[in-house]
Amino acid sequence: MRIKVRYFASIRERTGVNAEEFELQEAATVETIIMEAKRLHPRLEAQDGAIFVSVNGDFVKPSRRLELGDDVALFPPVSGG
Amino acid sequence: MIRLTDSDFNVDEEVSQMKKKSVGGIVTFIGTVRGESEEGQVNLMEIEVYPEMAEKQLHAINEEAIRRFNVDDIRIIHRHGELHVGDNIVLIAVSAGHRDEAFSACRYVIDELKKRVPIWKREQTPSGERWVEEGSPE
Repeated sequence: MRIKVRYFASIRERTGVNAEEFELQEAATVETIIMEAKRLHPRLEAQDGAIFVSVNGDFVKPSRRLELGDDVALFPPVSGG
Repeated sequence: MIRLTDSDFNVDEEVSQMKKKSVGGIVTFIGTVRGESEEGQVNLMEIEVYPEMAEKQLHAINEEAIRRFNVDDIRIIHRHGELHVGDNIVLIAVSAGHRDEAFSACRYVIDELKKRVPIWKREQTPSGERWVEEGSPE
């Protein structure tokens, strides 16, 4: 299945793109996306802080199973307010 | 009511729309751009937002606070784009029958916003640019 992943803030700068698509197997989890993104963008390994993942606008754990049509985003700790 | 906007907000206007018979107090919190950070002087601030998720999280925080503290209404407005020192960043206005609930709800909203709403500050300082990264969901 193809899953579109969006990047924000310092993660977007480190990947150099706003978004990209991953071809994943049916059993893929959020952890798979993080590993795949780090493989494609070695600069993500140098990320000092955590990388958060959201699916459909909610924070999720790495073990969360992905489904076709999921809206996935990777970003660093937030700093609004 | 929640709003993400690239323009400034008018505090008086927002507050006046919250006044009604059952309201005995309105608490406002206004976050502004500080001219100093851990890295020194701040000249300019860029605010990036993940709009769909930020709206979803802000709606959730708004509803949680209204339910939890039994307040009348809450308005959350957050700006994005380029901001200068002294500019408004965020407004949280809470109306309630009594002050205690209004203060508690206002505090809850800003604390939760800083933990789980996907918005990021990028500061321009004389020594370069840096992303501010501090909040994590519990």
